[in-house]
Amino acid sequence: MTTASPARTAQRGVRRLGDRVFSGTAVGAGIVILLLLAAVALFLITQSIPAFTVDPEDVSILRGQSFVEYVGPLVFGTIWAALLALIVAAPLAIGIALFISHYAPRRIASVIGYVIDLLAAVPSVVYGLWGATTFAPIVRPFYVWLNENLGWFPLFAGDVSATGRTILTASLVLAVMILPIMTAICREVFLQAPRLHEEAALALGATRWEMIRMAVLPFARGGMVSAAMLALGRALGETMAVTMVLSVSGVISVELLTSTNPTTIPANIALSFPEAYGEGVNVLIATGLILFLVTFAVNALARYIVNRRSAFSGAN
Amino acid sequence: MNIKRVGTLAALGLTGTLLLASCASNEAAPGDSSEAPESSFSGQLDGTGASSQESAQLAWLTAFQTENPDVTINYEGTGSGPGRENFLAGASPFIGSDRAFNEEELAAGGFTACASDEIVELPLYVSPIAVIFNLEGVDELNLDAATIANIFNGTVTTWNDPAIADQNEGVELPDTAITPVHRSDDSGTTENFTDYLAAVAPEAWTSEADGVWPLTGGESAEGTSNLVAAVEGGEGTIGYADASRAGSLGKVSVKVGEEYVPYSTDAVAAFIDASPRVEGRTDGDIAIELDRTTTEAGVYPLALISYLIGCVEYEDPATAELVAGYFSYIASEEGQQVGLDEAGSAPISDELRTEVESAIALIG
Repeated sequence: MTTASPARTAQRGVRRLGDRVFSGTAVGAGIVILLLLAAVALFLITQSIPAFTVDPEDVSILRGQSFVEYVGPLVFGTIWAALLALIVAAPLAIGIALFISHYAPRRIASVIGYVIDLLAAVPSVVYGLWGATTFAPIVRPFYVWLNENLGWFPLFAGDVSATGRTILTASLVLAVMILPIMTAICREVFLQAPRLHEEAALALGATRWEMIRMAVLPFARGGMVSAAMLALGRALGETMAVTMVLSVSGVISVELLTSTNPTTIPANIALSFPEAYGEGVNVLIATGLILFLVTFAVNALARYIVNRRSAFSGAN
Repeated sequence: MNIKRVGTLAALGLTGTLLLASCASNEAAPGDSSEAPESSFSGQLDGTGASSQESAQLAWLTAFQTENPDVTINYEGTGSGPGRENFLAGASPFIGSDRAFNEEELAAGGFTACASDEIVELPLYVSPIAVIFNLEGVDELNLDAATIANIFNGTVTTWNDPAIADQNEGVELPDTAITPVHRSDDSGTTENFTDYLAAVAPEAWTSEADGVWPLTGGESAEGTSNLVAAVEGGEGTIGYADASRAGSLGKVSVKVGEEYVPYSTDAVAAFIDASPRVEGRTDGDIAIELDRTTTEAGVYPLALISYLIGCVEYEDPATAELVAGYFSYIASEEGQQVGLDEAGSAPISDELRTEVESAIALIG
């Protein structure tokens, strides 16, 4: 208490240059990010307006469809690919993070953590190249097996792609790409689980798994959800890797193994933009606006879940 | 601290020098200018347009700038549509375009880049398209347009289908499923390929020519490189791509008249020569009506033509001189050879060269 009072008077009385500079830059940075976001939103909206008002017959890119008919399959493909990636990556990321934080010897843990972080430094073009030329042929025999044995299940039905460049391959590549960010966040949250809770659980005779289930996971639930949502955001916006790996058709289909796949909004923009002209450009930017809204909705949902869950977690 | 700072400055300076030095790497070394026989050209040209020509343009302008050190030429592959708009707006003194201006556009005129409404259109970039396939033990196949169309629209599904076997006696065809691969992006290659199918096999191929693949479904890949990689990576795959990129893949000989013509640059040049010129054009306007249905012997009818477009009269005589000089270089045997070596374009025939040269002579 005695140490706190002089600090408080110093704060109220003299404001040193350092204080002013620091608070100024912090406020400035906060304003800049808001302005940037507003500028992006403004650009997307103003550039999109012609796409909603134009006659679909006049825009070659729409091929006579209305804008909603055009963007619908794209939205489906974007969410579908990102969701598949998340389903694959989430258990893996949580497992790796738990291993690093609670199971591995300290020296091995730091090496593994470093290697995982390194995955995030690989450019997406490299993932795309790897996925299209190396990974796709490797997983194809597995797809053939899946199709022969589980072909009755709608996801694995249809004719198996001859090249393996399917939405499942694209999602697996995406899963590898979002793994580092998810693992890093989960690891940090697991490490913050209160030591006292853990020790109490162990003292009551819990095994290590029971301790993790009772003390660590409930505490980390909110953090895991936000990790998943951040990763989902990355997967939704990924362009290069999907463009290069996926054999696209712009249809709505849940079959994972065929060569006829839905496409994603970013990949579609990358494919169509170089030869787009006139209102076609506006249509593509409008699909970008839709992606912006989808990402925004995903983030809002994440916030909501985290806030709701935090009340029940071990954090309080 | 001070030493560190000096070191940083020195490093910055060094990097800057290196950067500047590398900028000049596509120009001639200073000593060369004395050797260049006629470096009468000077000035700057900024062309835009067809991205199909981009690599050829890069090769041409590098070579041209080496011969003429005072010249700066830029070419940006913005796509044909924006290129034509730039030409109309006067932003580009010359452009590349995958199609010639049509009659309505010519009648409307208003080429701000030019002093008059007369323009030159020269078919100087010819990119042959090969139908490539990956099938164990088969290097060459004979196919007619109807069979190619049926393969790509999914009617013919296995390699030992009688439609293929009948045209290839003596070739052992496996019962592998056929996987046709098309381009997923908007491309001139797709447009010319579908144009060929629609013109020669209208019964099997009911869609119109389009830069975007007109059918839904099927295997697709972005860009030439990825398409070739997809065909190489699969078994029983077939696709279409710039002939120069076909590599070791099997190539289809297409049926023209009664015989099967394999791809060669000469056969493509012959195709351009056999195709009629669009009628009612001015002297410098060599627009070609590609005759895909030709039955002439030794003609390979699958190719993409991209035009170089400029004005007959420019406001500035120096620009006119430079455009004429650059176009002459591209049309020359040397320029066409550079195009073949660097970008895989098929050199034009001597017959067409004479025609092009007389068109270039009009510029001034």
